Amino acid sequence: MSLLVDLVLVALILMAAVWTIMVRDRRDAVIAFIVLGLLLSLVWMRLYAVDVALTEAAVGGGATGLVLLRACARLLPVEAEGQLPGSGTQIAAGLLSALAAAGLAAVVLHPAVPAPSLASLAAESIDKVGLGNPVTAVLLAYRSLDTLLEKVVLVLALIGVWALTPDAFWGGAPGSLRARHASGALDLLARVLPPFGILVGIYLVWNGADHPGGTFQGGTVLAAMWLLVMMAGLREPPEIRLQLLRRLVVFGPAVFIAVGFAGIWMSGWFLSYPPDYAKPIIVAVEAALALSIAVILGLLVAGPAAEPPKR
Amino acid sequence: MNAPTLYGLCAAALVGIGLFGLILHPTPLRKVISFNLVGCGTFLFFGIAARRGAGAGFTGDPVPQALVITGIVVAFAATALAVALILRMLEAGAATVDSRPEPPDDLSP
Repeated sequence: MSLLVDLVLVALILMAAVWTIMVRDRRDAVIAFIVLGLLLSLVWMRLYAVDVALTEAAVGGGATGLVLLRACARLLPVEAEGQLPGSGTQIAAGLLSALAAAGLAAVVLHPAVPAPSLASLAAESIDKVGLGNPVTAVLLAYRSLDTLLEKVVLVLALIGVWALTPDAFWGGAPGSLRARHASGALDLLARVLPPFGILVGIYLVWNGADHPGGTFQGGTVLAAMWLLVMMAGLREPPEIRLQLLRRLVVFGPAVFIAVGFAGIWMSGWFLSYPPDYAKPIIVAVEAALALSIAVILGLLVAGPAAEPPKR
Repeated sequence: MNAPTLYGLCAAALVGIGLFGLILHPTPLRKVISFNLVGCGTFLFFGIAARRGAGAGFTGDPVPQALVITGIVVAFAATALAVALILRMLEAGAATVDSRPEPPDDLSP
């Protein structure tokens, strides 16, 4: 019975994936991709990875889909749909892709026995820092350097996006996210939902130490609320020259790096926590990171500045 | 067949479909979407590894799960940057991304 659910999910996912590739209109392709992201978050639930399911639904489907949909709207007048290559190339590409998929499938069907696992090592580090959620413990204690570098990647990506601003617009605000046609439902949603959404975001961050949730999941919910308000046109994106905005972007990573260096002084290694204070420090770092993630995700969706700064 | 194996095969198919789209579509936005499909499949492999590596009282190995969360966020950042590059290039006057951009209109004040 339970395998039947899995089979149906896999069938739906493959249909969404094929639709994403084969449909002619690129907007339809993006919508199929968003559907795929939501289906995949159900798969993560089936694999008992609730934290990943939350992230996939929020970032993989939601935020990525929003970026792609905005791009579709702006590409519409500029770029024509391209010509597909000839049937010979198509068959060759199909064979190559099938070969790659078959190779991966063979690896899946002949797994290593016993399955490699770092669970016991991760469990040791969890005992040291006193967190209840193993994924948060891995993200912020056992593999904290990965998480730190990822935050730096987010900041770099934002710098990259901002760097694409034309000279005349530097320092100005990104293009408006407002929907072209005013929608009463969107307007109502953007007024009613944010208080609850912000509460849920803070709850996810606060609760993430011991239960599913955490900085990413909470930060993304906060970013979603901000984007919702911008899409309804209740607030316009801020000018990218604002000092407060730039400080918020680097606040989380800066706190994380400062805690990392404090670790050398307090307990001997970069990014190590003193055992007695590990949990409060981690929760503080998570709160700072969530704020920065929310701002960075919102600004990545908004894109480079599209109008000159106001004097 | 158990659930992890089934989803593993699904992940392999996703990578294959994404790869096909990546080669098939000439337009850059469709290539970015296809590449995201490959990414989804790759992430799913981590989920399989996590489920199979369950131990120490966990329903899944938390290390690959944490890596996937990091991966999903980085993939989003890369997608946003790629889309911004595509839009900027077309705004700068390129008819398609393959062609050389014409000198942009004079935007200086």
